[in-house]
Amino acid sequence: MSEAARRRGRARWYVYPPLVLLAAIFLFPFYWMVKSSLVDLSSIFQPTPSLVPSHPSLANYATALTMFPFGRFFLNSLLVATLTVLGTLLTASMCAFSFSRLRWRWRNPVFSVVLTGMMLPFFVVMIPQFIMWRFLGLTDGFTPLIAPAWFGGGVFNIFLLRQFFLGIPRELDEAARLDGASHARVFFQIVLPLSKPALIVVGLLTFLASWNDYLAPLIFITSEDKYTLMLGLNMFLGGYTAQWNYLMAATCAIVLPSILIFLVAQKYLMEGIVMTGLKG
Amino acid sequence: MATTSPKGREEAAGVLFAAPVILGWLIFVAGPVLVTLFLSLTDYSVGGVPRLLGLGNYRRFFASADPSFFASVRATALYSALSVPACVAVSFGLALLLDTKVRLRGLFRAALFLPVILPLAASSVVWMWLFQPDFGVVNFVIRTFGLPAPQWLASERTVIPTMVLMNVWLTGNSMVIFLAALEGVPRHLYEALEVDGGNAFHKLVYVTLPMVSPTIFFTVITGFINALQAFVQPAIMTSDAYHAGGPNNASLLYVLFIYREAFRFSKLGGASAAAVLLFAVIAALTYAFFKVSRTLVYYEGGEGS
Repeated sequence: MSEAARRRGRARWYVYPPLVLLAAIFLFPFYWMVKSSLVDLSSIFQPTPSLVPSHPSLANYATALTMFPFGRFFLNSLLVATLTVLGTLLTASMCAFSFSRLRWRWRNPVFSVVLTGMMLPFFVVMIPQFIMWRFLGLTDGFTPLIAPAWFGGGVFNIFLLRQFFLGIPRELDEAARLDGASHARVFFQIVLPLSKPALIVVGLLTFLASWNDYLAPLIFITSEDKYTLMLGLNMFLGGYTAQWNYLMAATCAIVLPSILIFLVAQKYLMEGIVMTGLKG
Repeated sequence: MATTSPKGREEAAGVLFAAPVILGWLIFVAGPVLVTLFLSLTDYSVGGVPRLLGLGNYRRFFASADPSFFASVRATALYSALSVPACVAVSFGLALLLDTKVRLRGLFRAALFLPVILPLAASSVVWMWLFQPDFGVVNFVIRTFGLPAPQWLASERTVIPTMVLMNVWLTGNSMVIFLAALEGVPRHLYEALEVDGGNAFHKLVYVTLPMVSPTIFFTVITGFINALQAFVQPAIMTSDAYHAGGPNNASLLYVLFIYREAFRFSKLGGASAAAVLLFAVIAALTYAFFKVSRTLVYYEGGEGS
């Protein structure tokens, strides 16, 4: 996105007031979340809220994070997200490799058929998937959350990686093949190392999608010790209605990993959004 | 195997490498779609034996024997009709503001994009607090100006608009896509217009809008596809997922209706029928999407690492 040269002329002064105002409005919820997490319950229920906390304290965090097994939920979410990312990176890139660089008979028809899964709403397949996992005795475990990632990891990701692979010169494969390298070796030692930027984008987007997911855990997980963070937040919301100081402390803790990822990988995330555009 | 030709080996490798997604498509897409279609014609419930009803489930919806079905269609229509135009307009406006040599551009862009990466469940909780009718900061500001303070999520009339306001806050995705589209508009078109004495408004109407109209179209279609599947906001913000959708079904978005049919009332057959109807609508939108996308190159291979 190094576009500076292409951008239109110098910004007029009148661009700044709306931009500053809008940025302030967009950031305000973050400020209010943090501020509310630092005050006690009596300040929450003041008729005139103060913009700056008078006696900020981290006490709410200590309470909120021990009232529910936050560490457990965190580890559950981390485990699910990590295994989802690994499965997606491995199988999506394998499939993308096959659809972009290997010649086989039914390749293009198969790719077209697989693409039909791209826009399929989860709600259309939710009930049969639920029945299937229940039949296999695997509900209330992490398998239903992770398994789909190990079967191609989402058509979007295959599409994206395939597009990237198509840009890598074919001569590299052919030279390696002449030297006796297997297709697997070409994949692991030539194509994958050259595709790091695309793999990072896919990995990040997949991690965030899994980490932030609410629906699938809600459907498949029932026992509390298997809750992900989002289910934990939901449980907390039910148990501590109106105790906004604790709720905001819990929410702050839950969003912190996402914000850290954003700060570290902003560039990749935005590139990923543009690439997968339609993903919404 | 050792004697197979390189051609044969490539055939085998091709199928082998594509095997995960072929299996995945069968297990998680094709199979379930067929099962959903079948179940939609039955009265299946968890643990029960499916009994064929024919079109009974569909008839039940349209004969308004189930008023919550129509409530959910109405809520979803209102939600999408408000949310999609508002989000497209705001994200396009934001992109226009950022598509200039503005100082601290990266910082502004990051601030406007940041809400997108938060877990929707978590930001929903934050918005519940901001819009809390009695002690929320939004109503405090409104009262300060001497205006009547709405009940937001607690009122039938304002619950959907409140969620739409939140969606406007979450338009960073489209903004980034619009920014990329705006950067792709050839500069010489603007220069030509300048030579002819065109002002900023002319540039917008005669160059920018026509050039990014495909992107606007994409954003609108995908906006609708996503809006029709919005679940987390009502499921978090209006009571727990089983009982969500209030007050009085005003925020019972369509997929929440499906969820409720399936997991609260255990009517897997009815829920499947509702899912089939959703599928039909989204398939039509997707068809329109690909129909147009074929004529456009909107993502130019690889990426600008």
